[in-house]
Amino acid sequence: MSEKTLTIKIDGAEVKAKAGQTILEAAEEAGIYIPRLCYLKELSPHGSCRVCLVKVGGKFQTACTEPVVDGAEIENNTDEIKQIRRDIVDMLFVEGNHFCMFCEKSGNCELQAVAYRLGILAPKYPYLFPDAEIDGSHPDIFIDKNRCILCGRCVQASKDLDGKGVFEFVGRGPEKKLAVNAEAKLSDTNMDVVDKATDICPVGAIIKKRIGFATPVGQRTYDEKPIGSDIEQKKS
Amino acid sequence: MSENISKIIKEVCEANNKDRTRLMDIVEAIQESVGCVSSDAMNLIAEEIGCHRVEVESVISFYAFLSKRPKGKVAIRLCNDSVDKMKGADEIAKAFEKELGIEVGQTTSDGKITLENTPCIGMCDQAPAALLNQVVAPSLTVEKVKAIVAGLQKDTDPSKISLGLGDGNNADSLVGSAVNNNIIKKGDVIFADNESGTGLKKAITLSPEEVVDMVKISNLRGRGGAGFPTGLKWQFTRAAQGDQKYIICNADEGEPGTFKDRVLLTEKFDLVFEGMTIAGYAIGATEGVLYLRGEYAYLRTFLEKKLKERRDASFLGKKVCGKDGFDFDIRIQMGAGAYICGEESALISSCEGLRGDPKTRPPFPAQRGYLAKPTSVNNVETFCSVTRILEKGADWFSDIGSVDSAGTKVLSISGACKNPGIYEYPFGAKIQDILKDAGAENTQAVLVGGPSGQFINPSEFSRSICFSDLATGGSMVVFDTKSDLLKVVEEYMEFFVEESCGYCTPCRAGNVLMKERLGYILAGRGEIADLAYLEDLGGTIKKASRCGLGQTSPNPILTTIKNFKPLYEKLMKKQEEGMQPSFDIKAALGDAERIAGRKSVIYTD
Ligand SMILES: Cc1cc2nc3c(=O)[nH]c(=O)nc-3n(C[C@H](O)[C@H](O)[C@H](O)COP(=O)(O)O)c2cc1C
Ligand code: SF4
Ligand code: SF4
Repeated sequence: MSEKTLTIKIDGAEVKAKAGQTILEAAEEAGIYIPRLCYLKELSPHGSCRVCLVKVGGKFQTACTEPVVDGAEIENNTDEIKQIRRDIVDMLFVEGNHFCMFCEKSGNCELQAVAYRLGILAPKYPYLFPDAEIDGSHPDIFIDKNRCILCGRCVQASKDLDGKGVFEFVGRGPEKKLAVNAEAKLSDTNMDVVDKATDICPVGAIIKKRIGFATPVGQRTYDEKPIGSDIEQKKS
Repeated sequence: MSENISKIIKEVCEANNKDRTRLMDIVEAIQESVGCVSSDAMNLIAEEIGCHRVEVESVISFYAFLSKRPKGKVAIRLCNDSVDKMKGADEIAKAFEKELGIEVGQTTSDGKITLENTPCIGMCDQAPAALLNQVVAPSLTVEKVKAIVAGLQKDTDPSKISLGLGDGNNADSLVGSAVNNNIIKKGDVIFADNESGTGLKKAITLSPEEVVDMVKISNLRGRGGAGFPTGLKWQFTRAAQGDQKYIICNADEGEPGTFKDRVLLTEKFDLVFEGMTIAGYAIGATEGVLYLRGEYAYLRTFLEKKLKERRDASFLGKKVCGKDGFDFDIRIQMGAGAYICGEESALISSCEGLRGDPKTRPPFPAQRGYLAKPTSVNNVETFCSVTRILEKGADWFSDIGSVDSAGTKVLSISGACKNPGIYEYPFGAKIQDILKDAGAENTQAVLVGGPSGQFINPSEFSRSICFSDLATGGSMVVFDTKSDLLKVVEEYMEFFVEESCGYCTPCRAGNVLMKERLGYILAGRGEIADLAYLEDLGGTIKKASRCGLGQTSPNPILTTIKNFKPLYEKLMKKQEEGMQPSFDIKAALGDAERIAGRKSVIYTD
C-alpha cells in the first residue's frame, strides 16, 4: 500500500489517514472509536452487523469496509447515526435470546458493552424469542446459538487463521444460522480449544468450558472501562 | 446412500471438472436426478470437489429449489404472489390440496408429488400459475388442476401433461410451453423488426473504445432497476486491470410483477445475445454468462439451441464475424429460487458456486467481479437496447424517450386490468395513459417497480415512467377498489422476510419486526403511534442495510403510509382501560392458564 497521507474530517475534526486504510482504521489510529461488532482487526471486514455505519459525503457506508478518500467528510457521532446504531443493536438483542444475567460472557461481551456505550438499557423492539440450539458435545468448547449474532468472525477465523473451515452459515433471512462442518455436532469436527476461532466470538456463543467465572462479574473487561476506551486512549 | 446415487454424484462432479466454483451446477444436477441433496450426498460432493461439507450445506440451504430432504418426483410450486391471489390462487391451492389429499408443504405418501408455495414466477399476466418441476402451468382453473393431478398420478413426468401451447416461440418444440407472450404494445426499440447480426457487424468496424463511446452518447441507462449509465459501467470495466473479463446478463427477473425478460428471452434472444457479444467486444471479455432464474428453466434448451445457431453463424465463438482477436462465447447459468440473486454481486456469488450473499463493495464488479475479474452485469433489456443502438445509431436512440431518459421501457403490466401483458413505451409515458391502454378501471393503487418500488394513489397518475420521476425495472401491478391493499402490503413484507439473504442485521431482523407490527395493525390491535414506529424502523432498515434488497424492503409499508394513510387510520383502535391495543391480555395469559389448568377469573371472554 502507498504511504501517501490523506486528510479526512470526522465530525469536523481533521484526521490524517493513509491511502488504502478504511475509515474505521484511520479513525482508530487517530483515537476515535467507531462502535462495531463484527469487525476484528485480524480478519477481513465482514460489514454485516452495520453498527459502524457512518455517513460519507451524505451517503451511508460501513466504516469497516469503506476506504478513505482524500478530503472526505465523515459523520460519525451525529444524533441520526447514534439512533441507527442503537436500533441495530436493539435488533441484535431481540432476534436472539440474550439473558445477560445468566451468561458467562457478561462483562466481557462486546454486544452488551456496545449497548451500554450507546445508552441502551432495554431494547425498544419486542423480543422474537427464536428457537436456537445448544451444542455441548465438544469436550472443551460450548456453543450457544441463542447468543450468536451471526457476525461471521468464527467462520472466517477458522478458515483463514486456523486453516480449518469448521464453521459456515446455513439458511437465509431470519432462518440464517451458524452450522459446523459435520452432520450436527462440533465434536465431530476438528475444532480444537487452542484454535483462534475459539477466542474471537464477540458474545457468549462460543465459550471455553470450565473457565466461565474465573474472573468475577464486576471485574471484567467492560466492567472496568467502557468499550472503545483503549482506542480513545491513543488520542494525544 | 445407494451405490447408484454415489455413482451419479461422482459423474456429475466429474462432468463439472470437480470445479468448486461450479457447485451450483453440481447440486442442481443432483437435485434434479435424485430429488434431493442428502447429508451423505453433501459429504461425497465435498470430497469430490475438495471443499468442506458445510460449504455444500450452506449453498443447499440457501436456495429454495434445492433441498436436503427428499421431495416428490414432481414438485408443484404454486405461485403465491399477490397478483395470483387476486386471480384466485387460494382456490387453486385448495383444489390441489383436495385432489392430492395433502396440504401445501407436504409430499404425497407415495413420495410422488410435493406441493409447495413459491413467490412470483414471472407469470402474473397469466395468473394463477404454478410450476410442475420445470413445466409452467399458467392460467390455472379448478378443472385444469384436476386434469394435472390425474395426469401426474399416472405419470410423474410433467412434460407429458397436455397444457396446450402458447403463442410465438412458446410453441417451438424446444420450449413446448403453454405460456403466452401477451405482447400488447410494440415500441420502436425492442419490439421493432430488426435483422440479426447488423448491430454486431457494425460494432466490429469500430474500435472497442468507440463502441463504449457510442453507448455513452446514446444515454442508455440500465433497465434492471438501478438505472446506472451503461456506457460508463463498460468504460470502468474496460479500464480495470484483468487478464480475463466477463459479461453477465442478469435474467434473474425476481421482482414480483416483472415478466418482461421472460418474453424478451423467448422472442428477442438474438438482441440479448448480440448485445452481450457487443459488450464483450467493448470491454475486452471473451466469456459471457446468462444467469437464468430457475423458474425459467423451461427456456433453457431452446436458448442453448439459439446459442448454437449463433455459433454456427459465426456470431459467437472464435473470431466472431471473422474478426481477428475477437473471441466470445456465452454459457447459461441456472439460478435456483432466490430473489436476492438478481442483485448483481449476489448473482456473481451464485455464479461462483456460493450462497447468494451480496459482496462487499468496494471493490465493485467492474473492478473485481466474477472469479475476481472485472465484470459488467447488465439486464436483459439493456443488452437488447445496445444491439439496437449499434444498429440504428446513438442519436436515433437518444431522440426517443424523455429529456433525461433515452429510449423505451418494456413494462410488465398485471393485476386488475383487462389486458395484462407486455407494453413497450417511450420513456415519459404517463401512468394514466398506460392504465387506459391496459384497460384498468376503478383503480385504487398502482405498484410501480414492484414491492421494492412504490404504491401510488390516483392523485399521482399524471406522473410518468422515467428515471427522474417513476423509475422502474418494468413491473406495474394494478389494484382496483376491490383489493385489500394492506393485506397485499403484508404479503410483500412476507416476501422480503423470506428473500432476505440474512447477511446484515437491519434487513434480516428489521423486516421481521416491520411485518410483525403491521400484523398487529391488521388484526385491529394497532394504535396511531405504530405508524411512527414503522416509519422510524423502516428508515433505519433503508439507511443501514447492505444492499438494495434491504434498502428498499420497507417500501410497501412506507409508501402506503405516505399515500394511503386513511387505510391504516381506519384500523386503529382507541386505547381502552389504559391497555396498549397491541397487547392481547388473553393471549398473554394463555400459557399460564394452560399450566394452571383453569381460566383466568378476571380476564374472561
Ligand atoms: C434485490 C435485488 C434484485 C434485483 N433483481 C434484478 C433482476 O432480477 N434483474 C436485473 O436486471 N437487475 C436486478 N437488480 C439490479 C442489479 O443489481 C443490477 O443493478 C442490474 O442487473 C444492472 O443491470 P443494468 O445496469 O442493465 O440495469 C436487482 C437488485 C436488487 C437489489
Ligand atoms: S458464534 Fe460468535 S463468532 Fe461465530 S458468528 Fe456467532 S457471534 Fe459471531
Ligand atoms: S440488505 Fe438484506 S439481502 Fe442485502 S445483504 Fe443485507 S440481509 Fe442480505
